[in-house]
Amino acid sequence: MSRTRVPAVDGWFTMDEQEPHLVGARGTESGSYFFPKALAVSANPAAPFEEREDVALSRRGRVWSYTTNHYEPPEPYVSPDPFVPYTVVAVELEVEKMVVLGPLATGADPSTLRVGMEVELVLGPLYEDAEHEYVIWQWAPVADSGSSK
Amino acid sequence: MSTDREVAILGAGMHPWGKWGRNFVEYGLVAARAALADAGVEWRDVQFVSGADTMRNGYPGYVSGATFAQALGWQGAQVASSYAACASGVTALSTARAQILAGFCDVALVVGADTTPKGFLAPNAGERGDDPDWLRFRLLGATNPTYFGLYARRRMDLYGATSDDFAAVKAKNSRHGLANPNARYRREVTLDDVRTSPLVADPLRLLDICATSDGAAAIVVTSLEWARAHGHTAPVRVAGISTVSPSYPNPVLELPNFATDSAAGAGADPAPTLGFKDSIADRAYAEAGVGPEDLDLAEVYDLSTALELDWYEHIGLCAPGEAEKLLRDGDTAIGGRIPVNASGGLACFGEAVPAQAIAQVCELTWQVRGVAGERQVEGARVGLSVNQGLFGHGSAVVVTR
Repeated sequence: MSRTRVPAVDGWFTMDEQEPHLVGARGTESGSYFFPKALAVSANPAAPFEEREDVALSRRGRVWSYTTNHYEPPEPYVSPDPFVPYTVVAVELEVEKMVVLGPLATGADPSTLRVGMEVELVLGPLYEDAEHEYVIWQWAPVADSGSSK
Repeated sequence: MSTDREVAILGAGMHPWGKWGRNFVEYGLVAARAALADAGVEWRDVQFVSGADTMRNGYPGYVSGATFAQALGWQGAQVASSYAACASGVTALSTARAQILAGFCDVALVVGADTTPKGFLAPNAGERGDDPDWLRFRLLGATNPTYFGLYARRRMDLYGATSDDFAAVKAKNSRHGLANPNARYRREVTLDDVRTSPLVADPLRLLDICATSDGAAAIVVTSLEWARAHGHTAPVRVAGISTVSPSYPNPVLELPNFATDSAAGAGADPAPTLGFKDSIADRAYAEAGVGPEDLDLAEVYDLSTALELDWYEHIGLCAPGEAEKLLRDGDTAIGGRIPVNASGGLACFGEAVPAQAIAQVCELTWQVRGVAGERQVEGARVGLSVNQGLFGHGSAVVVTR
């Protein structure tokens, strides 16, 4: 029986398999962007009480930095058994003028990453249980995304 | 330099760092006793106890000021407890300074102590889907070393830093810490030791990243009048403190966030010329009326080797991209132009969160007194400590003599 694909966190990204995007917020007064929108962790001090509207963040950006973790992290990370090293990428979005973290796309080779290279948002598995595959947003090198998806 | 906003540091004390596995209060008592003895101050004369909290030892850790006051024997002193993650110790010092400068007390004891679990610092337990600290582990496996790895990789790709530069920071600090009786690791580490240690968060290896430790540090601070009246004619002084938060839009990806601030938007304030870490020492410099050129030494928060290099730039020892040169030239080793982490730093201590920022001030105190023994920085009179706590806590102290 195949598992149902569900987002690992609600409301942070769309489940559009072809062209997913992160769901951020944009201040109606300041025009500044915020991510994730669900956590009111930041504001533009010029407009601390402004209304916010949902906005699709850019699907492409450039690598700000990246790192591969070789040690199994503590809970609540759900680690495969045995543990597999995984790569986290920080991506600079041009329009939004902000940097957003995300996992490297499943199957992409971290040794090809360089600061400044172009990446694109995709969906991929984070972990699974008996009924569900929990899906997360990922960053895929643009050259790879055409051939492997 | 104005002295009307300064306080005296009359005593400093520590419990040695290690993995002792005992209650944090025991460590705090050892450090407090040492600081009081160093100051020649009786416990009964302390009017204010300022505790730096630990989040990993239950309720007594959340009310550390009262916990230490009770453990020393209730004597009616006013108490406060501060939590600002890695910056907690300086927040506690800042609170004590404010009490003294406002005239509410003359003698204060600042204490921080911790007992830490093995391995990665992890978020609090439970399903907490509205806590970014929990979510970063759940969704990204973004441990603290993950962020350190991102910063280190960026130094390599932007500035040409090498893994050996990072390893050289560890080697330098390991030599400094050899003579420090409070350090946990007192063994010379070679470049090869670092190179052959396991990768943790590429490009950082196990020996690039500081451990977590048990430990405690305490200082006794007083008004300058009280110090003079008790025979201290030229005491060590706290000349400036910074507890700043970031200014929007902060362009650096900070723990535990998923994204930076956005620098877009017509209504946005003009982008600050300084990123958060650049602004931290600035505030302390401004209060003290000194600048980086006046420093004789600095204690910076080397959670990773690469972060020490970042700090050289953030506190103004050199321009962005030049930290590796400063290190390679030996400027930041004892005997060099501006020694950094003469104590051995977190590389030799491992982090004991609420105690660490106080420990940095202890080191500066001993250095400017000229009693640091084999790790003494010759002629030290002005020192800076700097660190940053999770969730936007800047922390820096200028200590002078």
